Amino acid sequence: MEPLSNKRKVIEQKPLSFLERAYLPAIFQGLGITIKHFFKKPVTISYPEEKREFSENFRGMHSLKRDENGKERCTACGLCALSCPAEAITMTAAERQPGEEHLYREEKYAAVYEINMLRCIFCGLCEEACPKEAIYLDGDIVPADYLRKDFIYGKDKLVEAPLNQ
Amino acid sequence: MELIFKLALVVVIFLISLLIAMYSTYAERKVAAFLQDRVGPNRAGPWGILQPLADGGKMFLKEEIIPTNANTFLFIVGPSLAIMTACIGSAVIPWGQKLTIGSYVIDLQVADINVGILYIFGVVSLGVYGIMIGGWASNNKYSLLGAIRAASQNISYEIAMGLSIIALLMVTGTLSLRQIAEQQHGFWQNGYFAWNAFKQPLGFLLFLVCAFAETNRSPFDLPECETELVGGYHTEYSSMKLGFYLFAEYINMFISSAVMATLFFGGYNFPFMDMIHSANLVTIIGVVVLFVKIFAFIFFFMWVRWTIPRFRYDQLMDLGWKVLIPLAIANIILTGLWTTFIRG
Repeated sequence: MEPLSNKRKVIEQKPLSFLERAYLPAIFQGLGITIKHFFKKPVTISYPEEKREFSENFRGMHSLKRDENGKERCTACGLCALSCPAEAITMTAAERQPGEEHLYREEKYAAVYEINMLRCIFCGLCEEACPKEAIYLDGDIVPADYLRKDFIYGKDKLVEAPLNQ
Repeated sequence: MELIFKLALVVVIFLISLLIAMYSTYAERKVAAFLQDRVGPNRAGPWGILQPLADGGKMFLKEEIIPTNANTFLFIVGPSLAIMTACIGSAVIPWGQKLTIGSYVIDLQVADINVGILYIFGVVSLGVYGIMIGGWASNNKYSLLGAIRAASQNISYEIAMGLSIIALLMVTGTLSLRQIAEQQHGFWQNGYFAWNAFKQPLGFLLFLVCAFAETNRSPFDLPECETELVGGYHTEYSSMKLGFYLFAEYINMFISSAVMATLFFGGYNFPFMDMIHSANLVTIIGVVVLFVKIFAFIFFFMWVRWTIPRFRYDQLMDLGWKVLIPLAIANIILTGLWTTFIRG
C-alpha cells in the first residue's frame, strides 16, 4: 500500500539482549533517576499559605464597583443577568429616594443583587455586558464553604468597600 | 528474673514493630512524595509527623462492614492471622549483644533457637494464610483472585528463597541467627569482608528479590493490584481490619529488613567495633547500627516501589521458576565447589 505520509516508521522488534533480559541494569538506571528526584526541590505550592501570582486576565470573584465619588455604579438594568449563560445572577431593582444621591449614581439601583457562586462559570460575560462598568471579575478565588446557601453572595460580599474620604 | 526481662523485651519489640509499622506508612508517603518532587503529608503536626496517629484514629472510627455473604468467622480470622504471623517473626532476631546492668546480663534476643532461620521461614509461610483466608472469606471474586495470586506467588518465591539460604548456610554452617551474626563480627577479618553479603553476593540478590515477593511489595504486589483486582484480597475490608492488613505488610517489611540485615549485612556488627572497649557501649551502638541498616532496607523497599512498574503475572512466575530457582541452584553448586576445594 502507498504510505499516506513519509512519516511511517517500521518498528523492528528485536529479541531482548541478555542484559535487557536480566532486568537489573534497567532497574538500577531507574533507581538512579528516582533518587535524583529525591534531592530535587519540590514543585509544590502550599496553597492557602502560599499563592501563585494570577495572570493579568484572571477572572475571580465579582465585585460591584463604585464611581469616583463612592456611589454604586450599578443601575439594575439586568443586562448582566440576561447575558449570564449559567443564570447565576438575580437582582431586584428599586428607585432612588431623595437624600440617597450620595449612595447611588443613577435614579434606579439594585436593592438586591445576588450571584450564586455554585452556578457561576466565571466566563466574564456579565463584565462584558455591563454598560455602566459596574461589575468586574477582579477578585480572588471564591473560597470553599459548607452549605449551599452560603454560596449565594449578596451585596454585602460583592460591593466594593466605600471610599474613605 | 530472666522471665521478666524476656517479657519486657517481647513487649518492647512488639511496640517497636508497631511504631515502625506506623511510621513506615508515613515514611512511604514521604518517600513517594520526595521521589516525585512533591512534599507529602505536612498538615498533621510539624512536617506531618502526627499523620500516622490521624490515620490510625480514622481507621478505628470507620464503620466496620462485614459483607452479608462473607464467612463472618474467617473474615475476622484473616486479618488477625496476618498481623499475628507478622509480629511473631521478630522473636528470633538478635537485636544486639548482651547488655550487662549490675549483676544482670540481658540477652537482646527473645529466643536463641538453633533453627532460627527455619522458624522465620515457617512464620513467613504462615503469613500467606492470613491473606488466603481473608480473600476467601470475603466471598468476592477479586478478593479470591488476589488471595490466589498471593498464595501462588509466596509458594513460588519461597522455594527460591530457601535455596538461596541453603548456599548461605553452607558458608555459615549454622541455622542460629545469633551465631550467624557473631560470625560477621566487625567488618574485615582474615583479609576479607566479614559480612555475608560479600561472601554470597548472588545469594543476597536472590534473597532480596524473594523478600520483595514474600512481602507482596512492588514490583511483586500483584495480590493487591489495583488496576485489575480493585483492592485485591482486602477489597471487602474496612476499618481497622483493613488497617491490620496494611500494618501486617509494613511489619513484614520491617522483619524481612531485619532478617536481611542480620543474615547478609552483619546484623548489629559495625566496622571498628573492636576499638571500643566498653561492652555495653558496643551493644548499644550495635543496636543503633542494626536499626540504621533496617531503615536503609525499608527505604530501599520504598525506593524500589516508586521506581519499578508491576510485573505481569506470567512474567512474575517466569522470573520465579525459570530464573531465580536455577540461579539459586547454580549458587549452591558454586558455593559447594568453593567450600570444598578452595576453602578446604
